[in-house]
Amino acid sequence: MELSDHNWVLTVGTFLPLVGVLIMLFIPKADEALSKAVAIGTAAATLLVGIYTLTQFNFGKAGEMQFVAQHDWISVIKSTYYIGLDGISLPLYFLSMVITLLVMIYSWNHVPSPGNAKAFFILMLVLQTGMAGTFIARDLILFFVFFELVLLPMYFMIGVWGGENRQYASLKFFLYTMFGSALMLVAFLALFFKTGAESFSIPYLIEHGGAIAKNIQIWIFAGMFVGFAVKVPMFPFHTWLPDAHTQAPTQGSVILAAILLKLGTYGFVRIAIPILPAAAREWAPWIGLLAVIGIIYGALGCLAQTDMKRLIAFSSVAHMGYVMLGISTLTSFGMNAAMFGMVAHGLITGMLFFVAGSVKERYHTLEIKRLSGMLVQMPKLGWILGFCAMASLGLPGLAGFWGEFPAIMSAYQPAAGLNVQVFRVFMVVAAIGTVFAAGYLLWLYQRTAFGEPTAEFAAGHGHDEDIHDVNKFEWMAWTPLLIAIVVFGVYPQLMFKVLDPAVGVTLKAFGG
Amino acid sequence: MLSALATAWTSPSIDYHALAPEIILGGGIVLLLLLDLFLSEAKKWVLTPLASFTVLGAFIPVLTLALSDQGVRSLFDGRYMVDDFSLVMKGLFLLAGYVVVLLTADHLREGEYYQGEYWFLLLTSLLGMVMMASSRDMVSIFVSLELLSIPAYMMAAWRKRDLRSNEAGIKYYLLGVFASALMLYGMSLLYGITGSTKLVEIAQYLGSDLTSLRALAVFFIVVGFAFKVSAVPFHTWAPDTYQGAPTPVTAFLSVASKAAGFVALVTVVLVAFPGSHEVWQPVFWILSALTMTVGNFLALKQTNIVRMLAYSSVAQGGFILMPLAVAGVNGAENLALRSVVTYLLVYAATNLGVFAIVMAVARKTRSGEISSYGGLFSYAPGLATLMTMFMASLAGIPPFGGWFGKFTAFHALVSAGTTWSYVLAIIGGINSAVAFGYYGKILREMWMKPVLDGDTSPVPVFASLKVALLITAGSTLLLGTLPGIVLHFGDIAGLTGAFGK
Repeated sequence: MELSDHNWVLTVGTFLPLVGVLIMLFIPKADEALSKAVAIGTAAATLLVGIYTLTQFNFGKAGEMQFVAQHDWISVIKSTYYIGLDGISLPLYFLSMVITLLVMIYSWNHVPSPGNAKAFFILMLVLQTGMAGTFIARDLILFFVFFELVLLPMYFMIGVWGGENRQYASLKFFLYTMFGSALMLVAFLALFFKTGAESFSIPYLIEHGGAIAKNIQIWIFAGMFVGFAVKVPMFPFHTWLPDAHTQAPTQGSVILAAILLKLGTYGFVRIAIPILPAAAREWAPWIGLLAVIGIIYGALGCLAQTDMKRLIAFSSVAHMGYVMLGISTLTSFGMNAAMFGMVAHGLITGMLFFVAGSVKERYHTLEIKRLSGMLVQMPKLGWILGFCAMASLGLPGLAGFWGEFPAIMSAYQPAAGLNVQVFRVFMVVAAIGTVFAAGYLLWLYQRTAFGEPTAEFAAGHGHDEDIHDVNKFEWMAWTPLLIAIVVFGVYPQLMFKVLDPAVGVTLKAFGG
Repeated sequence: MLSALATAWTSPSIDYHALAPEIILGGGIVLLLLLDLFLSEAKKWVLTPLASFTVLGAFIPVLTLALSDQGVRSLFDGRYMVDDFSLVMKGLFLLAGYVVVLLTADHLREGEYYQGEYWFLLLTSLLGMVMMASSRDMVSIFVSLELLSIPAYMMAAWRKRDLRSNEAGIKYYLLGVFASALMLYGMSLLYGITGSTKLVEIAQYLGSDLTSLRALAVFFIVVGFAFKVSAVPFHTWAPDTYQGAPTPVTAFLSVASKAAGFVALVTVVLVAFPGSHEVWQPVFWILSALTMTVGNFLALKQTNIVRMLAYSSVAQGGFILMPLAVAGVNGAENLALRSVVTYLLVYAATNLGVFAIVMAVARKTRSGEISSYGGLFSYAPGLATLMTMFMASLAGIPPFGGWFGKFTAFHALVSAGTTWSYVLAIIGGINSAVAFGYYGKILREMWMKPVLDGDTSPVPVFASLKVALLITAGSTLLLGTLPGIVLHFGDIAGLTGAFGK
């Protein structure tokens, strides 16, 4: 390994936040400004490392693992510290750094009750390490450790800084995920022993996993499926999500929607499907089925919500349904769409949660029927909400379109060996789902933004102090996301050309 | 006849280096007892540093033995072995003993109370454990077991005038003796069958050929140990004893004494009964599944922290037993042994840390209720963070030690690849999620609940407790992030090879 490989950049990019945590431990709790500054500085430095990684990434070889580093870790169990970055992980790895920094900037004057900025920022930094690490891990045990590392910080974020029902929501989030990951771990171990107990490295397992008997593959896949599907979340494992999202503080919701949910889909793309191709083929129709159930169920759930944040949470279930539908086709087209959808959903839903947080801050409620006339009172915020709603419903020209539309298209022609009729039915159902999406988002927008402000929030009723338009921290945090939504919407090729070669490598077992 | 035997007897050559930890402990014990007799009350404080130096002194030869390249040292006709396995366990016992000394030193601030006798009992019990790690003979195992148990019965009842403490001692004593009797009965059957007390010879004689009498002997011995490691349904003594005994003693019982029980169990089962796995594998399967499930569900209902920790300790025992359910399958025995050792190391570090915090918090709140942890994070963020780490470790959440212990248990179990092993693995998986129900309860109190009584004065933490926390927290974190460094001994050709078979 030469130094010119730059294989230090991933390690530094992943663990730099922890260095910030160490420094912050020595800052007195009372000095909140210093805590925030150090945390934001660390996140910014991490993002700089991320940008440097981006400049050094060889886009011509996006299908190959780059910056690969491998080092002894737990030799007793044949697990190594093995990391690398390719076209599939790059967008998510980078997105996690961007989101963390933006969320922190937003938090500068938005530390939710009961305060304690130091602890709040430390948790975000720990989360960042866990998220980035999951996307670069090339060893199952390393993956598992990073995957689990995000659990506790998010648990505390929801449970300490969340809404009224925070304790229930945080426990539910934790138990679901913990249950899923326990089964996932057993599946990982079974995989390890069935491939000759040689290595936990993902490339090795991809090479030898296909040789496992099909009926055993199906069982191992089942274990992983539970672990990843809880995280996505797929119907019927999604019930933790609306609670977690509704109760989490804005920052927690944004990180959860933008990155944490992707750990599940990423697990399918990176681990379950390439390692166990035969099982993936057997499972694909069922995954597709659950995905379209999720799309419709999520949409119907949205229509029934009276709380803006809960509505956005249910729309997440629907959107992740499109991502999973794309993945279940096992085609390069569908997988590309899914990967794009993951990033687009991260940007758009992240933004929607930001807006919801700001609405809550101004009106102290998210109940849709009490909100009205946002465009009159806060035109900028109202327009941003409209923009995000359009992006979320898949308006062409904005990023959401390129995740949703190709995913539906891909179901027209699934990979060889899959039942075409079944997937075409899925396609039709998913397409109907987009109509619902337009319905609930436009309805939400119409109810909250149009018309005149309701009597209780009208000018001169004691809320004028709180109700003000977008402030500068919000602009700083949101502008990059809004720009990205437009850029990827107008020029999706920017991301597809990074994703496509890597997707091709992943799907080698399926003939491209 | 007797005189002829007597002349033929020659004194065995003794490897004093190999016996150095035991000799140092023995010397310390005698010295403590004498000093306690002759020192005036005012000078009794000397006993505390003396006890801690004795334990640390005994740790030095363990290190030198581990570093020497002589390999396995076999003493007394192969009935007493100093190999990697025994050295790791001796190190564990001595370090755990040292932390208990620190905890007790902290406890003594509450008022000095028969400390001379206490140190004597503690060190005697430690000596029994250290001997247990090397014993490869039924008789020496039994003697070590009693040597470590009898002082422990008395330590549990250390607070003489406290009814709960008396109850703790009596319960522990009665059930402990009952278990010993069962075990001894099994051992006597075994001696009758095989004509030997040496484990290796028993294994040779028993082979893999089973009669009902042999099965009965094996069964009795396993059940006897099941009491010692508080496996369900033989766990009923644990909660009362743990709650009634003084906290440092509870820490000692739940960590060191339990570990010693497991050491004896794996030694006997893996060395003497490898061929009888058809008897003990199903027994361990049932014990393990029951222990973790019942322990967990009972722990969920507890409102007293020490009682909750008692049930948590029962449940953790179920995870330690898990790999033994497949340890007879070819190749799985090494992994099972490694898993037991790893799990015990991790569990010891974490659980001792938990008790250190329990002591610190109880000093301020004067309460053993879980609700007394309300809002701890707001006024003692350091302690709350450490407690969070220990709870996460017990729950098996990376990057703290516990996950690796659980991982090795699943690893060994799945390596067997049988349907039963997968079923147990899934039961274990579900249980590790359920366990968060009660570990999470403490986290919830500390982070999310208001301060009880609104008393936010700081929690005093004295030097000895700080050192204890440093040791336990450091090892919990190290075992979780870089288990390879600490566990490199596991590379040495599997530990069973080092049993001296």
